[in-house]
Amino acid sequence: MLSIDIQKKLKSYMLDVQLQIDGEIAVLFGPSGAGKTTILNCIAGLNQPDAGQITLNGRQLYHGKAKHVPTPKRRIGYLFQDYALFPHMTVKKNIRYGGRDERLLSRLVNMIGIDHLLDNYPHQISGGEKQRVALIRALMTKPEALLLDEPFSSLDYDTKLACQHELQQLHESWNIPIILVTHDKEEAEKLGDQLLKIDNGKRVI
Amino acid sequence: MTPLILSLKTAGTATLIVFVTGVFLARIITRSRFPGKRLLESILMLPLVLPPTVVGFGLLYLFGNNGIIGKWLSEWFGVQIVFTWTGAVIAAIVVAFPLMYQSAAASFQRYNRNIENAALTMGASKWRVFWTISFPLAWPGLLAGLVLTFARALGEFGATLMIAGYIPNRTETIPLAIYFAAESGNNEAALFWVISILIIGLSAILWLNWWSERNILRFTSDK
Repeated sequence: MLSIDIQKKLKSYMLDVQLQIDGEIAVLFGPSGAGKTTILNCIAGLNQPDAGQITLNGRQLYHGKAKHVPTPKRRIGYLFQDYALFPHMTVKKNIRYGGRDERLLSRLVNMIGIDHLLDNYPHQISGGEKQRVALIRALMTKPEALLLDEPFSSLDYDTKLACQHELQQLHESWNIPIILVTHDKEEAEKLGDQLLKIDNGKRVI
Repeated sequence: MTPLILSLKTAGTATLIVFVTGVFLARIITRSRFPGKRLLESILMLPLVLPPTVVGFGLLYLFGNNGIIGKWLSEWFGVQIVFTWTGAVIAAIVVAFPLMYQSAAASFQRYNRNIENAALTMGASKWRVFWTISFPLAWPGLLAGLVLTFARALGEFGATLMIAGYIPNRTETIPLAIYFAAESGNNEAALFWVISILIIGLSAILWLNWWSERNILRFTSDK
Protein backbone atom coordinates (compact mmCIF):
# COMPACT_ATOMS: atom_id res chain seq x y z
CA MET A 1 0.00 0.00 0.00
CA LEU A 2 1.44 3.32 -1.10
CA SER A 3 -0.24 6.38 0.26
CA ILE A 4 0.64 9.90 -0.75
CA ASP A 5 -0.52 13.28 0.44
CA ILE A 6 1.92 15.99 -0.58
CA GLN A 7 2.06 19.71 -1.14
CA LYS A 8 4.89 21.54 -2.88
CA LYS A 9 5.14 25.09 -4.13
CA LEU A 10 6.33 25.16 -7.73
CA LYS A 11 7.13 28.16 -9.92
CA SER A 12 3.68 28.87 -11.31
CA TYR A 13 1.33 26.74 -9.22
CA MET A 14 0.94 24.72 -6.04
CA LEU A 15 1.31 20.95 -6.30
CA ASP A 16 -1.28 19.32 -4.06
CA VAL A 17 -1.97 15.61 -4.61
CA GLN A 18 -3.50 12.80 -2.58
CA LEU A 19 -3.66 9.18 -3.68
CA GLN A 20 -3.66 5.64 -2.35
CA ILE A 21 -2.58 2.60 -4.32
CA ASP A 22 -2.81 -1.00 -3.28
CA GLY A 23 -1.06 -3.46 -5.63
CA GLU A 24 -2.64 -1.84 -8.65
CA ILE A 25 -1.61 0.43 -11.52
CA ALA A 26 -2.44 4.07 -11.00
CA VAL A 27 -2.05 6.25 -14.06
CA LEU A 28 -1.28 9.94 -13.81
CA PHE A 29 -2.12 11.70 -17.02
CA GLY A 30 -2.43 15.27 -18.11
CA PRO A 31 -0.63 17.93 -20.15
CA SER A 32 3.14 18.33 -19.95
CA GLY A 33 4.24 20.68 -17.22
CA ALA A 34 1.29 19.66 -15.03
CA GLY A 35 3.59 18.37 -12.28
CA LYS A 36 3.44 14.63 -13.02
CA THR A 37 7.19 14.00 -12.99
CA THR A 38 7.59 16.15 -9.88
CA ILE A 39 5.12 13.88 -8.09
CA LEU A 40 7.19 10.83 -9.04
CA ASN A 41 10.40 12.57 -7.95
CA CYS A 42 8.87 13.39 -4.57
CA ILE A 43 7.83 9.75 -4.08
CA ALA A 44 11.33 8.55 -5.04
CA GLY A 45 12.93 11.12 -2.73
CA LEU A 46 14.71 12.99 -5.53
CA ASN A 47 12.65 16.09 -4.76
CA GLN A 48 11.36 17.08 -1.37
CA PRO A 49 7.76 18.23 -0.87
CA ASP A 50 7.08 21.24 1.38
CA ALA A 51 4.55 19.38 3.50
CA GLY A 52 2.48 16.20 3.75
CA GLN A 53 3.37 12.55 4.05
CA ILE A 54 4.32 9.48 2.03
CA THR A 55 3.91 5.97 3.43
CA LEU A 56 4.83 2.66 1.80
CA ASN A 57 3.66 -0.63 3.38
CA GLY A 58 3.50 1.01 6.79
CA ARG A 59 6.95 2.58 6.44
CA GLN A 60 6.96 6.32 6.68
CA LEU A 61 9.13 7.70 3.85
CA TYR A 62 8.32 11.34 4.30
CA HIS A 63 6.54 13.30 6.96
CA GLY A 64 6.79 17.08 6.87
CA LYS A 65 10.08 18.44 8.11
CA ALA A 66 10.46 15.57 10.58
CA LYS A 67 11.22 12.68 8.27
CA HIS A 68 12.83 12.33 4.86
CA VAL A 69 14.13 8.85 4.02
CA PRO A 70 16.93 9.23 1.43
CA THR A 71 16.36 7.80 -2.05
CA PRO A 72 18.63 4.71 -1.76
CA LYS A 73 16.71 3.49 1.30
CA ARG A 74 13.18 3.87 -0.11
CA ARG A 75 13.05 0.63 -2.12
CA ILE A 76 11.11 2.26 -4.92
CA GLY A 77 11.95 1.34 -8.51
CA TYR A 78 11.98 4.21 -10.99
CA LEU A 79 11.93 3.99 -14.77
CA PHE A 80 12.95 7.36 -16.20
CA GLN A 81 11.48 8.74 -19.39
CA ASP A 82 14.83 8.53 -21.18
CA TYR A 83 15.59 5.22 -19.39
CA ALA A 84 18.87 6.61 -17.96
CA LEU A 85 20.80 3.42 -18.65
CA PHE A 86 24.46 3.59 -17.64
CA PRO A 87 26.14 4.19 -21.02
CA HIS A 88 29.53 2.86 -19.92
CA MET A 89 28.23 -0.50 -18.70
CA THR A 90 26.95 -3.51 -20.62
CA VAL A 91 23.28 -4.46 -20.36
CA LYS A 92 24.22 -7.19 -17.88
CA LYS A 93 26.16 -4.80 -15.65
CA ASN A 94 23.30 -2.31 -15.83
CA ILE A 95 20.86 -4.97 -14.68
CA ARG A 96 23.10 -6.25 -11.89
CA TYR A 97 23.88 -2.79 -10.50
CA GLY A 98 21.08 -2.80 -7.96
CA GLY A 99 20.68 -6.51 -7.23
CA ARG A 100 22.64 -9.70 -7.82
CA ASP A 101 19.98 -12.36 -7.42
CA GLU A 102 20.95 -14.61 -10.36
CA ARG A 103 17.72 -16.61 -10.28
CA LEU A 104 15.62 -13.48 -10.48
CA LEU A 105 17.86 -12.18 -13.25
CA SER A 106 17.46 -15.24 -15.44
CA ARG A 107 13.72 -15.38 -14.75
CA LEU A 108 13.22 -11.74 -15.80
CA VAL A 109 15.60 -11.93 -18.75
CA ASN A 110 13.86 -15.04 -20.10
CA MET A 111 10.39 -13.68 -19.52
CA ILE A 112 11.11 -10.40 -21.33
CA GLY A 113 13.38 -12.09 -23.88
CA ILE A 114 16.52 -9.98 -23.83
CA ASP A 115 19.06 -12.75 -23.13
CA HIS A 116 20.82 -12.09 -26.46
CA LEU A 117 21.52 -8.46 -25.47
CA LEU A 118 23.35 -8.98 -22.19
CA ASP A 119 26.84 -8.20 -23.54
CA ASN A 120 25.79 -5.15 -25.57
CA TYR A 121 26.20 -1.54 -24.53
CA PRO A 122 23.09 0.67 -24.30
CA HIS A 123 23.93 2.63 -27.46
CA GLN A 124 23.93 -0.63 -29.42
CA ILE A 125 20.30 -1.57 -28.67
CA SER A 126 16.95 -0.19 -29.84
CA GLY A 127 14.49 2.02 -27.94
CA GLY A 128 12.15 -0.87 -27.10
CA GLU A 129 15.07 -2.93 -25.87
CA LYS A 130 16.29 -0.05 -23.70
CA GLN A 131 12.84 0.21 -22.15
CA ARG A 132 12.90 -3.52 -21.34
CA VAL A 133 16.41 -3.36 -19.89
CA ALA A 134 15.48 -0.37 -17.72
CA LEU A 135 12.38 -2.19 -16.47
CA ILE A 136 14.31 -5.33 -15.56
CA ARG A 137 17.04 -3.19 -13.96
CA ALA A 138 14.45 -1.51 -11.74
CA LEU A 139 12.85 -4.84 -10.78
CA MET A 140 16.19 -6.43 -9.86
CA THR A 141 16.26 -4.28 -6.71
CA LYS A 142 13.02 -6.05 -5.62
CA PRO A 143 11.23 -2.74 -5.15
CA GLU A 144 8.10 -2.36 -3.05
CA ALA A 145 6.63 0.08 -5.55
CA LEU A 146 7.41 1.05 -9.13
CA LEU A 147 7.33 4.47 -10.81
CA LEU A 148 7.22 4.71 -14.60
CA ASP A 149 7.65 8.09 -16.28
CA GLU A 150 6.20 7.98 -19.82
CA PRO A 151 7.87 4.61 -20.41
CA PHE A 152 6.39 4.05 -23.86
CA SER A 153 6.39 7.56 -25.31
CA SER A 154 9.43 7.13 -27.55
CA LEU A 155 8.46 3.72 -28.95
CA ASP A 156 6.83 2.88 -32.28
CA TYR A 157 3.27 1.56 -32.21
CA ASP A 158 3.95 -2.20 -32.31
CA THR A 159 6.78 -2.06 -29.78
CA LYS A 160 4.60 0.05 -27.52
CA LEU A 161 1.79 -2.55 -27.57
CA ALA A 162 4.27 -5.35 -26.83
CA CYS A 163 5.84 -3.41 -23.96
CA GLN A 164 2.47 -2.49 -22.49
CA HIS A 165 1.48 -6.15 -22.58
CA GLU A 166 4.72 -7.15 -20.83
CA LEU A 167 4.11 -4.57 -18.13
CA GLN A 168 0.62 -5.98 -17.48
CA GLN A 169 2.04 -9.51 -17.26
CA LEU A 170 4.80 -8.40 -14.90
CA HIS A 171 2.29 -6.60 -12.74
CA GLU A 172 0.17 -9.73 -12.43
CA SER A 173 3.07 -11.75 -11.07
CA TRP A 174 4.64 -8.93 -9.06
CA ASN A 175 1.61 -7.30 -7.56
CA ILE A 176 3.19 -4.10 -6.23
CA PRO A 177 1.78 -0.58 -6.50
CA ILE A 178 2.76 0.98 -9.82
CA ILE A 179 2.41 4.63 -10.77
CA LEU A 180 2.60 5.29 -14.48
CA VAL A 181 2.82 8.76 -15.97
CA THR A 182 1.58 9.37 -19.49
CA HIS A 183 0.00 12.08 -21.61
CA ASP A 184 -1.73 9.47 -23.75
CA LYS A 185 -5.37 9.07 -22.74
CA GLU A 186 -5.80 5.76 -24.56
CA GLU A 187 -2.79 4.29 -22.76
CA ALA A 188 -4.09 5.62 -19.46
CA GLU A 189 -7.45 3.90 -19.90
CA LYS A 190 -5.88 0.67 -21.11
CA LEU A 191 -3.38 0.21 -18.27
CA GLY A 192 -4.81 2.04 -15.31
CA ASP A 193 -6.85 0.49 -12.52
CA GLN A 194 -7.03 3.98 -11.12
CA LEU A 195 -6.97 7.11 -13.30
CA LEU A 196 -5.88 10.51 -12.09
CA LYS A 197 -5.93 13.50 -14.35
CA ILE A 198 -3.44 16.07 -13.14
CA ASP A 199 -3.55 19.69 -14.21
CA ASN A 200 -1.65 22.58 -12.66
CA GLY A 201 -0.47 20.33 -9.86
CA LYS A 202 -3.94 19.21 -8.78
CA ARG A 203 -6.12 16.21 -9.36
CA VAL A 204 -9.01 17.19 -11.63
CA ILE A 205 -10.58 13.71 -12.07
CA MET B 1 69.19 17.93 -15.54
CA THR B 2 68.03 19.40 -12.22
CA PRO B 3 65.52 21.87 -13.79
CA LEU B 4 63.80 19.00 -15.60
CA ILE B 5 63.48 16.90 -12.46
CA LEU B 6 62.43 19.88 -10.37
CA SER B 7 59.85 20.90 -12.97
CA LEU B 8 58.36 17.42 -13.20
CA LYS B 9 58.30 17.11 -9.42
CA THR B 10 56.69 20.53 -8.92
CA ALA B 11 54.13 20.11 -11.71
CA GLY B 12 53.40 16.51 -10.69
CA THR B 13 52.75 17.37 -7.03
CA ALA B 14 50.67 20.42 -7.94
CA THR B 15 48.64 18.43 -10.50
CA LEU B 16 47.88 15.69 -7.99
CA ILE B 17 46.60 18.19 -5.41
CA VAL B 18 44.70 20.24 -7.99
CA PHE B 19 43.09 17.13 -9.48
CA VAL B 20 41.72 15.85 -6.18
CA THR B 21 40.50 19.22 -4.87
CA GLY B 22 39.29 20.41 -8.29
CA VAL B 23 37.24 17.28 -8.99
CA PHE B 24 35.59 17.21 -5.57
CA LEU B 25 34.89 20.94 -5.43
CA ALA B 26 33.48 20.90 -8.96
CA ARG B 27 31.26 17.92 -8.17
CA ILE B 28 29.95 19.48 -4.95
CA ILE B 29 29.47 23.00 -6.32
CA THR B 30 27.85 22.02 -9.63
CA ARG B 31 25.33 19.82 -7.82
CA SER B 32 24.30 22.32 -5.14
CA ARG B 33 22.44 25.59 -5.08
CA PHE B 34 23.33 28.28 -2.58
CA PRO B 35 23.51 32.06 -2.48
CA GLY B 36 26.83 33.38 -3.77
CA LYS B 37 27.49 30.31 -5.93
CA ARG B 38 28.27 32.40 -9.01
CA LEU B 39 30.61 34.62 -7.00
CA LEU B 40 32.45 31.62 -5.53
CA GLU B 41 32.88 30.08 -8.98
CA SER B 42 34.15 33.37 -10.34
CA ILE B 43 36.71 33.64 -7.54
CA LEU B 44 37.90 30.09 -8.21
CA MET B 45 38.34 30.98 -11.90
CA LEU B 46 40.10 34.29 -11.20
CA PRO B 47 43.75 33.14 -11.50
CA LEU B 48 43.01 32.27 -15.13
CA VAL B 49 42.39 35.88 -16.12
CA LEU B 50 44.80 37.65 -13.76
CA PRO B 51 48.43 38.33 -14.68
CA PRO B 52 50.66 35.79 -12.88
CA THR B 53 52.38 38.69 -11.12
CA VAL B 54 49.10 39.55 -9.40
CA VAL B 55 48.80 35.94 -8.22
CA GLY B 56 52.44 36.07 -7.08
CA PHE B 57 51.81 39.29 -5.19
CA GLY B 58 48.74 37.80 -3.56
CA LEU B 59 50.69 34.70 -2.54
CA LEU B 60 53.46 36.85 -1.05
CA TYR B 61 50.82 38.77 0.86
CA LEU B 62 49.46 35.49 2.28
CA PHE B 63 52.57 33.34 2.60
CA GLY B 64 55.34 35.95 2.97
CA ASN B 65 57.23 35.95 6.27
CA ASN B 66 54.97 38.77 7.43
CA GLY B 67 51.92 37.50 5.56
CA ILE B 68 48.76 36.30 7.24
CA ILE B 69 49.42 32.59 6.81
CA GLY B 70 53.21 32.83 6.45
CA LYS B 71 53.66 34.51 9.83
CA TRP B 72 51.50 31.92 11.54
CA LEU B 73 53.35 29.04 9.83
CA SER B 74 56.78 30.33 10.81
CA GLU B 75 55.79 31.19 14.39
CA TRP B 76 54.04 27.92 15.14
CA PHE B 77 55.82 25.40 12.93
CA GLY B 78 59.03 27.15 11.92
CA VAL B 79 58.03 26.61 8.30
CA GLN B 80 58.95 29.06 5.57
CA ILE B 81 57.18 29.12 2.21
CA VAL B 82 58.92 31.98 0.42
CA PHE B 83 62.01 30.96 -1.60
CA THR B 84 61.30 27.25 -1.20
CA TRP B 85 60.18 24.40 -3.41
CA THR B 86 56.84 24.37 -1.52
CA GLY B 87 56.34 27.95 -2.68
CA ALA B 88 56.80 26.85 -6.29
CA VAL B 89 54.23 24.10 -5.79
CA ILE B 90 51.72 26.54 -4.25
CA ALA B 91 52.18 28.96 -7.17
CA ALA B 92 51.61 26.13 -9.66
CA ILE B 93 48.50 24.97 -7.74
CA VAL B 94 46.85 28.39 -7.71
CA VAL B 95 47.61 29.16 -11.35
CA ALA B 96 46.58 25.75 -12.70
CA PHE B 97 43.50 25.19 -10.50
CA PRO B 98 40.96 27.03 -12.73
CA LEU B 99 41.75 24.80 -15.70
CA MET B 100 41.00 21.65 -13.70
CA TYR B 101 37.94 23.15 -12.06
CA GLN B 102 36.49 24.32 -15.35
CA SER B 103 37.06 20.98 -17.10
CA ALA B 104 35.63 19.04 -14.15
CA ALA B 105 32.56 21.26 -13.74
CA ALA B 106 31.80 20.93 -17.47
CA SER B 107 32.31 17.15 -17.38
CA PHE B 108 29.87 16.67 -14.51
CA GLN B 109 27.21 18.63 -16.37
CA ARG B 110 27.67 16.92 -19.71
CA TYR B 111 25.69 13.76 -18.98
CA ASN B 112 22.06 13.28 -18.02
CA ARG B 113 21.47 13.83 -14.30
CA ASN B 114 18.91 11.02 -14.25
CA ILE B 115 21.72 8.51 -14.78
CA GLU B 116 22.92 9.32 -11.26
CA ASN B 117 19.34 9.45 -9.96
CA ALA B 118 18.68 5.99 -11.40
CA ALA B 119 21.64 4.61 -9.46
CA LEU B 120 20.34 6.23 -6.27
CA THR B 121 16.91 4.66 -6.72
CA MET B 122 18.68 1.30 -7.05
CA GLY B 123 19.99 1.65 -3.52
CA ALA B 124 23.52 2.90 -4.27
CA SER B 125 25.15 5.23 -1.74
CA LYS B 126 26.38 8.65 -2.84
CA TRP B 127 29.98 7.39 -2.80
CA ARG B 128 29.13 4.38 -4.89
CA VAL B 129 27.29 6.60 -7.37
CA PHE B 130 30.31 8.90 -7.56
CA TRP B 131 32.87 6.15 -8.17
CA THR B 132 30.82 3.89 -10.44
CA ILE B 133 28.78 6.46 -12.39
CA SER B 134 29.87 10.10 -12.10
CA PHE B 135 33.62 9.59 -12.23
CA PRO B 136 33.74 7.16 -15.18
CA LEU B 137 31.26 9.27 -17.18
CA ALA B 138 33.19 12.47 -16.49
CA TRP B 139 36.59 10.82 -16.99
CA PRO B 140 37.30 11.99 -20.58
CA GLY B 141 36.81 15.61 -19.50
CA LEU B 142 38.66 15.06 -16.23
CA LEU B 143 41.62 13.61 -18.11
CA ALA B 144 41.69 16.60 -20.46
CA GLY B 145 41.68 18.85 -17.39
CA LEU B 146 44.46 16.79 -15.84
CA VAL B 147 46.72 17.17 -18.88
CA LEU B 148 46.01 20.91 -19.19
CA THR B 149 46.68 21.34 -15.47
CA PHE B 150 49.98 19.55 -15.73
CA ALA B 151 51.02 21.57 -18.78
CA ARG B 152 50.06 24.84 -17.10
CA ALA B 153 51.87 23.90 -13.88
CA LEU B 154 54.94 22.94 -15.88
CA GLY B 155 54.97 26.30 -17.64
CA GLU B 156 54.32 28.45 -14.58
CA PHE B 157 56.79 31.35 -14.40
CA GLY B 158 55.55 34.70 -13.05
CA ALA B 159 54.01 33.71 -9.75
CA THR B 160 56.74 31.15 -9.14
CA LEU B 161 59.46 33.75 -9.58
CA MET B 162 57.75 36.07 -7.12
CA ILE B 163 57.14 33.58 -4.32
CA ALA B 164 59.83 30.95 -4.83
CA GLY B 165 62.51 33.07 -6.47
CA TYR B 166 65.37 31.72 -8.55
CA ILE B 167 67.49 29.44 -6.40
CA PRO B 168 69.55 26.98 -8.45
CA ASN B 169 68.89 23.36 -7.53
CA ARG B 170 65.95 24.31 -5.30
CA THR B 171 63.41 26.37 -7.20
CA GLU B 172 64.99 26.36 -10.63
CA THR B 173 62.22 24.96 -12.81
CA ILE B 174 62.55 24.89 -16.62
CA PRO B 175 60.77 28.23 -17.30
CA LEU B 176 63.02 29.95 -14.75
CA ALA B 177 66.10 28.24 -16.16
CA ILE B 178 65.17 29.53 -19.64
CA TYR B 179 64.69 33.08 -18.43
CA PHE B 180 67.93 33.27 -16.45
CA ALA B 181 69.98 31.45 -19.11
CA ALA B 182 68.76 33.90 -21.77
CA GLU B 183 69.33 36.85 -19.40
CA SER B 184 72.94 35.87 -18.87
CA GLY B 185 73.55 35.29 -22.56
CA ASN B 186 73.74 31.52 -22.31
CA ASN B 187 71.60 30.91 -25.39
CA GLU B 188 72.67 27.31 -25.76
CA ALA B 189 71.28 26.32 -22.36
CA ALA B 190 68.13 28.38 -22.96
CA LEU B 191 67.52 26.66 -26.30
CA PHE B 192 68.06 23.23 -24.73
CA TRP B 193 65.34 23.89 -22.15
CA VAL B 194 63.03 25.49 -24.71
CA ILE B 195 63.24 22.36 -26.85
CA SER B 196 62.72 20.02 -23.91
CA ILE B 197 59.59 21.83 -22.72
CA LEU B 198 58.28 21.91 -26.30
CA ILE B 199 58.71 18.15 -26.55
CA ILE B 200 56.96 17.51 -23.21
CA GLY B 201 54.05 19.83 -24.04
CA LEU B 202 53.58 18.54 -27.57
CA SER B 203 53.66 14.88 -26.56
CA ALA B 204 51.14 15.48 -23.78
CA ILE B 205 48.68 17.12 -26.16
CA LEU B 206 49.25 14.58 -28.94
CA TRP B 207 48.65 11.73 -26.53
CA LEU B 208 45.50 13.35 -25.14
CA ASN B 209 44.03 13.90 -28.61
CA TRP B 210 44.82 10.35 -29.63
CA TRP B 211 43.28 8.97 -26.46
CA SER B 212 40.16 11.15 -26.70
CA GLU B 213 39.46 10.09 -30.27
CA ARG B 214 39.61 6.47 -29.20
CA ASN B 215 37.51 6.73 -26.04
CA ILE B 216 35.19 9.71 -25.91
CA LEU B 217 32.79 8.43 -28.57
CA ARG B 218 32.05 5.28 -26.63
CA PHE B 219 31.23 7.22 -23.47
CA THR B 220 29.00 9.89 -24.95
CA SER B 221 27.15 8.21 -27.80
CA ASP B 222 24.20 7.43 -25.52
CA LYS B 223 23.02 10.49 -23.68
